[in-house]
This record gives sequence, structure tokens and C-alpha cells, in this order.
Amino acid sequence: MGTVRRSVFIDCDADSVWSFVGAPERLHEWFPITACKVEGNKRWITLAAGIVFEEDIITLDHDLRRFQYKIVNNHLITFHLGTVDVIADGPNRCMLMYSTDMEPEVLALPIGGAAGVGLAKVKEMFDRK
Amino acid sequence: MGRKILFITTDQQRYDALGCNGGTVANTPVIDSLSKSGITFDRAHPQNVVCMPSRSTMLTGQHVSTHGVWMNGVPLPQDAPSIASDLRNAGYSTALIGKAHFEPLLDPFLRFTENRLAGEKLFTDNPNDPHRGFDHMELATHGAAGNLHYSQYIRDNHPEQAANYYRVLDNELQVNAQGGGDSGAPQVHVNNIPREWYHTEWVAQRTIAWLQSLPDDQDWFCWMSFPDPHHPWDPPASEMHRVRWQDLDLPEGYIANPATREAVLDDKLRHWRGWYDGTFVSNYEAPAKWVPATLTTDQVREVNAYTHVENELIDEAIGTVMKAIDSRGWGNDVDVLYTTDHGEFQGDFGLLFKGPYHVDALMRLPLIWRPAPNAAIAPARVASPVGLVSLAATFAHIAGLPQPTYVEAPRLPQNDTEATVLGHERVLTEWDSVLFGKIVHLRTICRDNWVCTAALPGSLNTTGDGELYDLTHDPLQHVNRWDDPSARAMRDDLLSDMWANLPKTVLPLRTMDAPV
Repeated sequence: MGTVRRSVFIDCDADSVWSFVGAPERLHEWFPITACKVEGNKRWITLAAGIVFEEDIITLDHDLRRFQYKIVNNHLITFHLGTVDVIADGPNRCMLMYSTDMEPEVLALPIGGAAGVGLAKVKEMFDRK
Repeated sequence: MGRKILFITTDQQRYDALGCNGGTVANTPVIDSLSKSGITFDRAHPQNVVCMPSRSTMLTGQHVSTHGVWMNGVPLPQDAPSIASDLRNAGYSTALIGKAHFEPLLDPFLRFTENRLAGEKLFTDNPNDPHRGFDHMELATHGAAGNLHYSQYIRDNHPEQAANYYRVLDNELQVNAQGGGDSGAPQVHVNNIPREWYHTEWVAQRTIAWLQSLPDDQDWFCWMSFPDPHHPWDPPASEMHRVRWQDLDLPEGYIANPATREAVLDDKLRHWRGWYDGTFVSNYEAPAKWVPATLTTDQVREVNAYTHVENELIDEAIGTVMKAIDSRGWGNDVDVLYTTDHGEFQGDFGLLFKGPYHVDALMRLPLIWRPAPNAAIAPARVASPVGLVSLAATFAHIAGLPQPTYVEAPRLPQNDTEATVLGHERVLTEWDSVLFGKIVHLRTICRDNWVCTAALPGSLNTTGDGELYDLTHDPLQHVNRWDDPSARAMRDDLLSDMWANLPKTVLPLRTMDAPV
């Protein structure tokens, strides 16, 4: 199983960050993808190379500040679980964490790399100077 | 006008691949001629034995601990120093044609410039401040898959040929273990692509096209980077008549007796035997589903035959480029440097491919510097240890520039006397791999014709483990003298020297964004 985890501390309250990353239809605003569409519990994302991933939204828990999804109907990917967590660290600071577990295991690495870019962007957007 | 620079690299080529270094199978008259009129280094090591870290060292003149590309899949930072930038700022036109690999190849998000250029029909991302200092990047890798210019060329012009290449990854995106040829050797494949469309020819022809685009009085730095003889071993089938695998002897480094071979492996750090038995695969580029212990003598010979053919094609391609350079009237003004990024087992110890194994198969590289004839520098063979880390300073020296402040090694010497003056006493090599819980860390020094490797804590090895080889009396590195009391003083001296000279690793380690 390929498993990766990326995290970043952000000098901003957890609710503000969650209001952004907890909106599944806004993924393209921070993750390095070219398009994102949500219909009910389904999401489709398009990568720059033209690949489209169909995803099932599994968890969207505003109390826990957790979002989970899995890539489905893909002939190559036999298992996937992606998780975004926002964890408060006091009233004005939080940790944004992205993790993914998948088979084929090596695909976890470029997804982790893209997540690193995305997390850095969210930090840049929300860090209070 | 200054001296122009043709920097030629191959990928995964052994020191003994060339006639000038004692090779007896592949005919390499063009490279041999460069050696005869130039400086040939007999103890040149990379600073890492896989592509991305080693190539990053060539470009930056820095050890792996400093540039931070500690493994394949770790991208070289966008703002890393580049000798190409320095040369460009000094008025040189600059190009990299062939395999770059400073950035991951598996890049579905197209995050990296190398993977975006061809799709956008570009050779530079920014003509005023080009990526890594290259005015022109026209890129290729091992085959016709992916996003690089050669793949685009095949798709646009000969789409039916793409499937002739070996499929590098399997359905699980693991490096393919499928065998081919007559012996079923992994990554061996009969490729029916016509020779003129094969990537070796394409790299040479695109190099010539770029050179032809330059004015006569323009100084230039051209990195011509052949993807071969790196696996998969799939040269054009039309050329396989050159070397019949059935006619080859087994390589000197192959240990035919399994019991002897396994005893030699057991005497080394633990990850050697783990890989041989198929229980510990720590390098993505070695097919995870292939078990080295199953390697047959026929497979060893067939892999070697395919490799020798690829090496001959490279030599002939270089000859074509050298003729084109002569036809421009530049012949006497061009420095040629020839090397590779790392070696290949090719059957040594019953192994193929590469990984965390710091022995001559992977570390001893061909390195030739043929100075511009107008510079009137005497030919020489240099026995002193040197590293690819010296290339950047050498390019600066050729161009008449001061040694860049960012490099960590002096330029290459022109003979052994100068090697002493410049301080070429030792060469250092690092390995770090962390692949889904399989961890190997090694640090190696070569000095005084000894090679000493210290393991750092990892999955199978721990502090205090290591390898020590006396290259003079044990050139095949069969006897690990790490625990030999009679060699203890040498071991301790080498370790002390290594720790005193290794740059401190920049922490935290940069993230690994792809397997390769």
C-alpha cells in the first residue's frame, strides 16, 4: 500500500481554513488541477495531463473538519482513500493535513507531491502576517 | 571567440564499456579517439548512483547533501544553481538535448517544466530567463511514452513505432519485470523500430540541428544526453547482428558458482542479500517482481549483448555530431567532455540494474575530457579520484570564468600532478532511499585505492555496519574487510576523512514527489 501524508501549520483559525478546504467544489482553487465538478456525492477532477478522476465523497464532517474521498471506476487504481483534516492548535492556529493511501502504491507519491503544492498555497492564502 | 563545450552523457554506463578503458566487445572508436587525444580519468565516481541526484550534481557542482535531490523523484529546486546559467550569462548559447531528469518523469499533474515544454510545442519556458539556464531544451527518455519531445516526435511522425518500445511500467505502475529476447531476461526486448527513428539517432540529429542554428562566431555549451544504455534494453533489432549474445563470455564480475556468489553477498551489508533473494527491494528502478537469484548465465550474456549494441550506436552518433562540428569549422575550438551518470551491474555479483550498492559496477564511470585542440593540453590518464561534482567548475574554467562560489569541488585536473595541486585526494558518494518503509542510507569514500562505505541506521543496516574494499588487491570487491583487524587503521582513517569532508545534509529532506 502506498501511503503519504503532508501537513502544514497555518496561522489562522481552523474554522476559516476549513470553510475553504472543506468545500469539495473549490479544490481547483488550491490543488494543482485544471478543473473540478461536484454533483451530489460525486466529484470529477481533471489533471493537467488530461486525466480525469471520478471520485466518491465519503466523509464531509464539518464538526470534525474532515473530508474523505476515493477515486472510483478507474482501471488502474484498485484502492484509494484520500483525507483532508483541519486540526485546531489554539484559537488562531491550525494544522492542515492531507493523506492518501492507494494501490498502485507509486501513484501515492505524485499525489502527495501535488498535495504539498496545494497545502503551501492554502498556507499562503490564510497565514495571518 | 572562446572555447565551445560539447558535454556528452550517457545513462547507466560502466567504465569498462569503452575500448579506451579495456572494453573488448563494443567498438567505440570515436570515444576512444577522444580519450587518446584527451584526459582519461580512471577513477571517476558519481556522487549518487541513480539518475536525478547524479545529474543534479553535474549541473550544480554540489554534493547530494547540498543540492537536496537525495533520490529519484525528488525535484531539483527551481532556484538551484546551474552552471548553464553562468555560461549563458557569459554569452554562451546553451542547450540540453536528450535526457535531463532534474525533475520527476511520472508527473500526471504536469507540475514540472521538463514535462510541459513538449506539449506546449516549446523549447524554453522563458527566452529571457530560461529554465535552469538552457536556451533550448529538447528532451527524451527511455522510449516513446510520456510527455517529452522525443515522445511527441514519435506520436506526430511515427505513431505506429511507439508500441515497438518495451513497456517500462506494468499495470501496477511497477517497473516491468517482463522478460524478452532469447533468454527471457528482464527488460530485454526486440524493438523493430528503424534505427533512424531510435532515440540515440534523434538526440544526435537534434543536437546537429541546434548547432546548425547558431552563428559561426557564437560560443556554445551543448549537453548532449543519450538515454542509453539504461534499461530497458531494446535497441533497434536491425543492429543486433553486431553482437551475438551466444558468443559472449560471462563478465569478469559474474560469480558463476551460486554458493560462492551467495557467500560474497552475505559478506556485504544486509540489503545486498535481501535484494538478491527478492525480499528487500529498495530502489524503484529495479523491477520489484524480479528476483535476482533467478538470473541465468544466458540472461547475463544477452543483457550484455544488448548493452554493447547500444554503446556502439552511441559511439557512432557521437561521430556524426563531431563531423557536423568539424564542418562548421569549430573542430579546434571545442572541448568535449564525456561521461555518464552512474553504472550498471550487468551481471556482476549475479545482479542487474542498480541500487544502494557502492562498488565499481555502479560507481566507476567513464570520464574523458578532450580539451579543445587549440588549447594545446597534453593527453593524460589520471589515476587520482575525481567526481562528477567537478564538472561544473571545469565548464567554468574552460569558458574562462572564475570558479563559481556555489560549487563544492575544484575543476578536473589535466594530469595526476595537477590533481594533487587542486586537492583531488578523495571522492564521496551518498545514498538515501526511503521507499514505503524500506530505508537505506550509505556514505562512501574512495581514497588511496580503497573504498569504504558506512551504513547509517535503516531497515536492515545500522550504525557500525559497513563495507571496506582494497581495490588494488581485490579489484572485483569480493572481500569485505570492514571487520578485518589488519585493515582497521585504514578503515578508521577513511571514515574520519569522509565525515570531515562530507557536506552537512540540508534538513529536512526535500519531499519525494514521484518514484522516478
